[in-house]
Amino acid sequence: MTSPTLSIERLTIDLPAGADRQFAVHKCSYQILKGEILCVVGESGSGKSMTANALMGLLPSGVKVGAGRAMFGGKDILRLSEGDQRAMRGDRVAMIFQEPMTALNPLMRIGDQIAEVFAAHKRHSPAQRRARALELITEVGLPDPAKIIRAYPFQLSGGQRQRAMIAMALALEPELLIADEPTTALDVTTQAQILKLILDLRDRRGMAVMFITHDFGVVEEIADRVIVMRHGQIVEAGTAADVLQDPQHDYTKALLNAIPSGHVPQSAPVTNAPALQIKSLNKVYRTGGGFMKPPREVRAIDDISLTIAKGEVLGLVGESGSGKSTLGRAVVRLVTPDSGQILVGGTDMAALNDADLRAARHKVQMVFQDPYASLNPRHKIMRALTDGPIAKGVSKADAQARARELMEIVGLGAEAVDRFPHEFSGGQRQRIGIARALAMDPELIIADEAVSALDVSIQAQVLNLLRDLRARMNLSILFITHDLRVAAQLCDRIAVMQKGKLVEIGQTSEVFLRPQHGYTQKLLAAVPGGDWGKTG
Amino acid sequence: MAILGPILGRLLKAAITLLAIAILNFFLIHAAPGDPAAVIAGEAGAADEQMIADLRAQFGLDQPFYVQLARYVGNVVTLDLGYSFRQGAPVLDLILDRLPATLLLTLTAFGISLVGGIAMGVAASARVGKIGDSLLTGFALLFYATPLYWAALMAVLVFSVNLGWLPGFGYETVGANYTGLTRMWDILSHLVLPASTLGLFFMAVYMRMTRASMLEVGQQDFVKTARAKGLADPIIRRRHILRNALLPVVTLAGLQAGQLVGGAVLTETVFAWPGIGRLMFESLAARDYNTILGVFLVSAAMVIVFNIITDIVYRLIDPRIGHKA
Amino acid sequence: MSFWKRFSTNRGAVFGLILLFLVIAIALLAPFMFPRGPWAMVQRPFLAPFDAAGLYLGTDTLGRDVLSGLVYGARVSLLVGLISTVMALCIGVPLGALAGFYGGWVDECAMRFTEFFQTIPNFALAIVLVAILEPSLGSITLSIAIVSWPPVARLVRAEVMSVTKREYIDAARLAGLSNMKILIGQVLPNTVSPIIVMASLMVATAILLESSLSFLGLGDPNIMSWGYQVGAARTVIRTAWWLSFFPGLAIILTVLALNLIGEGLNDALNPHLSRKGRA
Repeated sequence: MTSPTLSIERLTIDLPAGADRQFAVHKCSYQILKGEILCVVGESGSGKSMTANALMGLLPSGVKVGAGRAMFGGKDILRLSEGDQRAMRGDRVAMIFQEPMTALNPLMRIGDQIAEVFAAHKRHSPAQRRARALELITEVGLPDPAKIIRAYPFQLSGGQRQRAMIAMALALEPELLIADEPTTALDVTTQAQILKLILDLRDRRGMAVMFITHDFGVVEEIADRVIVMRHGQIVEAGTAADVLQDPQHDYTKALLNAIPSGHVPQSAPVTNAPALQIKSLNKVYRTGGGFMKPPREVRAIDDISLTIAKGEVLGLVGESGSGKSTLGRAVVRLVTPDSGQILVGGTDMAALNDADLRAARHKVQMVFQDPYASLNPRHKIMRALTDGPIAKGVSKADAQARARELMEIVGLGAEAVDRFPHEFSGGQRQRIGIARALAMDPELIIADEAVSALDVSIQAQVLNLLRDLRARMNLSILFITHDLRVAAQLCDRIAVMQKGKLVEIGQTSEVFLRPQHGYTQKLLAAVPGGDWGKTG
Repeated sequence: MAILGPILGRLLKAAITLLAIAILNFFLIHAAPGDPAAVIAGEAGAADEQMIADLRAQFGLDQPFYVQLARYVGNVVTLDLGYSFRQGAPVLDLILDRLPATLLLTLTAFGISLVGGIAMGVAASARVGKIGDSLLTGFALLFYATPLYWAALMAVLVFSVNLGWLPGFGYETVGANYTGLTRMWDILSHLVLPASTLGLFFMAVYMRMTRASMLEVGQQDFVKTARAKGLADPIIRRRHILRNALLPVVTLAGLQAGQLVGGAVLTETVFAWPGIGRLMFESLAARDYNTILGVFLVSAAMVIVFNIITDIVYRLIDPRIGHKA
Repeated sequence: MSFWKRFSTNRGAVFGLILLFLVIAIALLAPFMFPRGPWAMVQRPFLAPFDAAGLYLGTDTLGRDVLSGLVYGARVSLLVGLISTVMALCIGVPLGALAGFYGGWVDECAMRFTEFFQTIPNFALAIVLVAILEPSLGSITLSIAIVSWPPVARLVRAEVMSVTKREYIDAARLAGLSNMKILIGQVLPNTVSPIIVMASLMVATAILLESSLSFLGLGDPNIMSWGYQVGAARTVIRTAWWLSFFPGLAIILTVLALNLIGEGLNDALNPHLSRKGRA
């Protein structure tokens, strides 16, 4: 039996007066053993990051430790002097963050940022610091270390930056590594690599890891033990196997249910007439260029043809930069393609001039990603739902009646039309977005990452609504997502995009269980907690 | 090398801008009420009939409009800014004679305001919400609202008339005929009041910007990373926050250069500083439009030089510019 | 109304507002306070403050009542500040809005034009314009407007660009609304708050500009203004400090009031816009 590296006892963190609750964290107790990975799971606002900030002495102003202790190396690290706390940070306890894009100083070379850790704790000579930095860069698997050490953050990809962050955190061989959602901002394949790196490093160095995440897929991949937090309290704790397979608390069950499992629904083949036909569509972006410089070309849509049948949900998956969003935006003509056809109910959307396009807009509608940016903050919901129909020629009274009806349908109640967007939560706003799309009676709906910005439990509710509406209204949907598990829940067929090309398209079960293309196989293998495609 | 290409581009742009200002000048002459020739000669009676007739011929006022324009722009390009009938000398000579004084004044004021403003901004941001911050912010607010010329007059009143610490008039002691170090010291003592009163307003501007920028950058993720590394606060402030916070201040300083050069007219007027601003003021009273427009063109050129300097500084601070991502 | 609540928590802003109302009241009441006007010679010249009964701020080089000049000067300051700001908005807002909304070559042209005007030292340009157009209330106001609009255009362009990228604008396009309807009905209303803040600061800058022009002798010769008062007293600063001191103080207080109001507006309007929606 190893002794705990960290032992948190009845920790309470107070929020400032006027916050929506009194405590960020309330009477939480848990331990992390040497060489153990503990996942702290919860949705946004559950208080999971506050504990980490408290341990590091990095609580935001106004937030204070109320009660409890955190024993680390025989001392209560919550009550160290500022100087002792600083000496501990980066040395015995290190931390990595969610946003690799912003967590590094943009004006400082990677090597200097790593060497700075040694300087802060007065270790090594400058030459040795540099040599150690080079070793660390090599250890975290960054390519061409001699070059990376001189590089600035903007020259690195997101995954590379996260590796650099990890190198920095490991510099002084900490006993405890705190990782705050370190893979959330990354693509699935990059995410898998970073998770593997953290597992390897734990094995090699035997440090304890506190891994904060909202994603049970990640938990399954990496955790030895799990605690689940909600509203600042621990609702469930146990070994990873126990919590995942036999959750006790209703909240844990709800979270786990909200995550699509390896189960792939069998979808019926679709034989109806097409709602959408895309024929050899192309779009090239040219950036930079100008004075004596050749422009850089990005083929966002590279000769894509596909069809969506009436009443079908086609999932369009791919990583960021694959061109999937550009394709969605081209179908609604927010982006004008260079060549090719987009046939919706016999009209070629790609060929319309401005005036005809405005008249044909209602045929295809879109549900957007960001619930906070997709509604005009100055307009009441009624206006958001009636602007389109009125422009299309529906009478104001009819449009308003329909708006009320739709708000009932999406489960928000007819009275909600007289309120402003800021009065609604993120999930509710996505429902309004769906109602707005439906108000136009479109032949096709594009859902562009429509649930990606939501917490899993809310995600599940919105997906249920979409599934329900689709059955009731025979909707045709192009469902764009980076999340394969979400796609599996809703879609009849799946299309996979990579670098502007359509690499695979087929029945959901076929694509998931017997992926043909190498890229699809890689994507599936990288999904945390997924076991599709691995045996196939 | 990474710096040369863009600088060439800047110079090209600068040339185009100056050309455009020359064209603007031409239209301004024509926009003035009355005969352009009379306007150029100074309509307050300096010109006799013969001179105006000569001018008409010289400017080809009987020629088509575009010929006149081409001729005028051609003159400007060959650095012929016309003749000041009031002062009896070519405008370019008048300006070149006065330019060093103005450059000394504006560059000193620019330096004072930038260094002082940044230092005070950093100091205020480190004490945010405390008494030191309130004092510095209040100071900035006050000088932000103070007319340049009034600050200059009050400085003369206090430091020159009442206390007698510093000279409040001119560029150097007239008739003293100092040489070498003594002369430099003399000029420096004359420079203190004009440069600091011209710099005060801009110091307030840069101080506010620096403070806001320091506070904003202090919220960013990489500052939290720096704390998590165990770095001490002063090091974090200097190495991580300040450098990033300076970028918008440098941009602003470039944009403000025009105001600084314009403000020199007021400062030079109050202190009888023999620069091009004072020249402009004297020409206003004499309605010497050739000289006014010449000074205008040269001050625009000065602003362009200031802009190129801030551009270079920005490139030195920010590695993202010039590198290919 | 929550806007007023937020605004009134900023003590500086409330102070500024009171000060501004005071200046406005004085400007409006000038003819009642000094029916003889600012040009009348009331006593012998160079009387120090309180030297003669009823002449609280003394007399100037020509024996005119300094206080009377101050009171009338408030009118021209406020008038020029307000009208030139409105004119500058009329140039800057449409230009910036079109540039930000349409992008591409429209943006390129509009921004090159703006950049050009921003490179020109604006006070020098104002001097040249007023000198050539002959000093008058109209030419002064116009000149100030011409040199003040570029920052407006830049601000509006940036705001419009950022709003245009929001998804609700995509949604408006999909609703089949025309570009003009989207720009006027959806985009511009969401850029109003920063424009209001900037406008309040521009009035302050315009007052400073006007006073500087008058100081150089480029004021309207028929209208008493603060800058003129200081300018006329410049050469007698050694003997009659009060002639330049009080008009300068009036300018500082007025400009300070407007700056404080601008800051208050900024605090009250902007940080909440993204989350709370309505201002």
